[in-house]
Formats: sequence, C-alpha cells, structure tokens
Amino acid sequence: MSVTALPRSTTRRTRLPAGSLGIGVATLWLSIIVLLPLAAVVARSFDDGLSGFWDAATSRQALAALRFTLIVSLLAAAINAAMGTLLAWVLVRDRFRGKGLVNALIDLPFALPTIVAGLTLMALYGPTSPFGINIAFTQFAVLLALLFVTMPFVVRAVQPVLIELDREMEQAALSLGASNATVFWKIILPNLVPALLSGAALAFARAVGEFGSVVLISGNIPFDTQVSSVFAFKQIESDNPVGAAVVSTVLLAISLLVLLGIRGLGRWGARHDR
Amino acid sequence: MIVERRWRIGLRTVALAYFLALLLLPVGLVFYRTFEHGVGYVIDSVTTPAAISAFWLTIEVTAIAVPLNAVVGILAAIALARSDFRGKALLNGLLDLPFAISPVVIGLSLVLLYGRTGWLGPWLADNGIRIIFSVPGIVLATIFVSLPFVVREVTPVLREIGDEQEQAAATLGAGAWTTFRRITFPAIRWGLAYGIVLSVARAVGEFGAVSVVSGRVAGETMTLTLLVQQRFENFELAGAYAASALLAVIALLTLVAMTRINPRREEEHET
Repeated sequence: MSVTALPRSTTRRTRLPAGSLGIGVATLWLSIIVLLPLAAVVARSFDDGLSGFWDAATSRQALAALRFTLIVSLLAAAINAAMGTLLAWVLVRDRFRGKGLVNALIDLPFALPTIVAGLTLMALYGPTSPFGINIAFTQFAVLLALLFVTMPFVVRAVQPVLIELDREMEQAALSLGASNATVFWKIILPNLVPALLSGAALAFARAVGEFGSVVLISGNIPFDTQVSSVFAFKQIESDNPVGAAVVSTVLLAISLLVLLGIRGLGRWGARHDR
Repeated sequence: MIVERRWRIGLRTVALAYFLALLLLPVGLVFYRTFEHGVGYVIDSVTTPAAISAFWLTIEVTAIAVPLNAVVGILAAIALARSDFRGKALLNGLLDLPFAISPVVIGLSLVLLYGRTGWLGPWLADNGIRIIFSVPGIVLATIFVSLPFVVREVTPVLREIGDEQEQAAATLGAGAWTTFRRITFPAIRWGLAYGIVLSVARAVGEFGAVSVVSGRVAGETMTLTLLVQQRFENFELAGAYAASALLAVIALLTLVAMTRINPRREEEHET
C-alpha cells in the first residue's frame, strides 16, 4: 500500500555502504541458521531412497495424521477468518468501554508461550474443568487449541484495511438506496478479501505446524487426535530420524506452498489497490 | 454501513463472547489456579533450584539470541530497503521461513545437522563440541525461531523514510557509521524496539524447537517452558500452573510494551 507509493528512484541513486555488508551478513546468517539445517532434513528424508520416502510418507498412520492436521487447520483458519473479521469490525467501527484493552489482548496468543496456551485450555476444558466440560483428548480439543493460537492473524490483517477504508463509498451506496447487506457484500467485503485471505493463510500455516499448544490436550491418539507435528516428534523420541525427516519434509513443503500463496496474494492485493 | 444499534450490540456480544471463552477465561483461570493454594506456595514453587535455573537459562538464551538477530536484522533491513541485488526477492521470501515452519521441524533440522548422526556430528564429536542436548542447541533453535522479527519491523520503516537525509549527510561528509548513528538509527528506533519486543516474547516462549534439542537435563538444559511441561507430566499441577503464570506475566508485560511502542512506531511511519 503506502510502501509501494514511495518514489523508487530516490532509493536507487546511491547506496548506504552498510547495504552490501548487509547482503553478505544476511545471506550468511540465513544460510547457517535456517537453510543448512533444513537441507539436512530434506536430505535425510531420502536416506532410504525415493520409495522409502514414499512408503514412510504414505504409511497409514502418517496419512491419517496428515489428513487430520490439514482438515483441522483448514477449519481453524476458516472459523478465525469469520470471527477475526467480526472482531476487527467491532474493534474499528463499534464503540464500547474496554475496547482498548480488548484490542491489546488480541495479541496475547502471539505473546503467550504455546505450552502455556495448552495448559490454560487444559485447565478450563480438561478433566479439572470448573464447568465440568471435559473435552481433553478429543479432535474438538485440537481445534480449540488451534483456534486459540491463530486468533490474532485475521484480526491484525483486516483491521488496518478496515480503518483505511473510504466510508464515503459506503455512504454513497446507502444514499443510492443500497441495503446494509448490499453494502457489506459489494463494498466492504471485496476490499477486505486480500487481507482476509492472507491472514487466513498465515493462520493455516501456523496451525499445520503447531506443536506446543496441541501436545498436552490432544493426547496424541493415532488415527484420531494425532497431528503431524506431534507424530514427527514421537518419531524423533523413538529414535527414527528418517521417519521424522519424512514427515518434516512434507510439512516443510506445505509451509513453502502457503508462503508462495501469500506472496501471490500480496501481489494480487497490491494490484487491487491501484 | 450504518448498523442499527440492536445489530451492533448483537455483533459486539458475539465477538466479545468468542474472545472471552477462547482467550480470557482460560488465561484467567490459570492465574486463579495458581493462587488458589496461596501466594506462599507460588513463591515456593517458582524459587525451587530447578525453577531458578530454568529461569536463568531462559534469560541467558534470550540474551544471546535476540541481540544477534537484532544486529543482523538491521543489516538485512538496510540491504533489503536500500540496495538492489540479484536474489533479493528470494532472500526476502526466505526470511519468512521461520514463521511458517513447524517448531518440531526446526528442532529436528538442528539435530540432523549437529546431532550424533548429523552432517557435522562426527566432526563435532571428534573436537569435543556438544551442541544437541546442550545449551548451544537451545540457543541455535531460539535464534532460528526469532530470526525474522527485527527485519520485518525495520524494513518497511526504512523504505518509508527514504534515503534523502542519509544522502544529505553523506554529501556533507559524514561517514557510514556517523550517518547510521545520527540519521538512520533515530528514525528506525521504535520499529526496532517493537521487533525486539516480539523477538524476546518468542525467544522466552519457544517450546517445540527447544524441546527437541534440549534433552531436558534438570538444572542444565531445562528452560521455563520445558519446566511447565515436565511438571504437568509429573502431575505437579500446582507447580506447572505457577511456572505458567510466571510466563504469562512475561507475556502480559510484552503486550504492555507493544501498546506503548506502537503509537510511536506509527508516528515514525508517518514522518
């Protein structure tokens, strides 16, 4: 948005000398810290050859875990896309006491360690629940944990767009006799879609890889509540690094696809803006 | 859109109910459970030798990882905002990887590089260097997960302020370091502060990646988040709640810092 509005010519005339140093340091740092270890995972996953990789990736338990992971993550991203948009709307357009506090606390899932998130959900919805709701070790519990950790993504993506949204457009539509529903579906929502989708995609990526908040409350029951990340963790613990690497490589591929998708969305959103 | 009062209150209720049931109630309950056996008990369980050592290890790891990522992050942000080079788009895209990857994958990747059977494992063993199941592994995992925050906060600020002032300073004979210290740094400091706060929160709270590489040696490689899980699994519920409450307090302090820094950061964006 505003970033692209910057006159590019001024930034290209000369370079701050730190620029070339920065390129070197950033590339080196990224390679050592991130890329080299990830390369080790991918390489190890093919230790038993291509067929070994395929067998491990499509074993019944791995597939069941992956299917459940994808479905529950998609569900969490979809629910938070709707609720996140609603929360953003309430935070921008509504007025009530304590709004500032709610606005600040929305980021709590980003700041709170995931294991603490898992423990808090266990305290409220587990065997010791004060309301007698015990859903620990069910698929619904996994969904709940993912909803918790991914809540801020859509809110924080949609909120700035909603703030900047030109209200004159809405007023014009209303004065021409459009109903509220028409204004929402034809004017507000289309403007929010790029931000909403990229927020939901980030939430999905986070949900697919989530570990800390899920590990306690899922109970890790194979073919039921077992998600891929916990499955991979158990493989590491039972000293099967190749099996763990295979599951990890699949997760890594999903992460890369989502990142590419978000970049595509970003470009689409930028075009949408102009 | 002009929403009738009735509808507005309805929407507000739904949104706040969701927020309350999912977020506030569980976190509130942990504080309640923590203090239900009295404050003395809480103090006792967060001052056991194991808890104190976990606390200091967490601080130590954060104190190494965050400054390193801040320095590299500033340099990377300058590169991304001020230079054009081949592979810039690729570098920019890859910087987001740590946000999108599962913590378990991150932990495993370090084990497969530095562990006993890893690529560098034999060499490290010959030289008596221990990374996995030891503090350096925890530090590496923490650097990995908190790597993008500073770059992602500082780059847009640098883009927005442009480089006219930097150019002027250079024209007037200022060296690179002087230009950075007098012009660039004051302009990015709130964005940088925000990025550092986010990095600290992530570094203190990291669990998945650390749990793979730590080995959980009590008093040596046990961080606060690992202590929470260990106590929970040993049915020391009250102790787990107390350690969680401590981490939750750190998270709340993070939020306070974020809300304090945010308006200044936004001002920075506008100048």
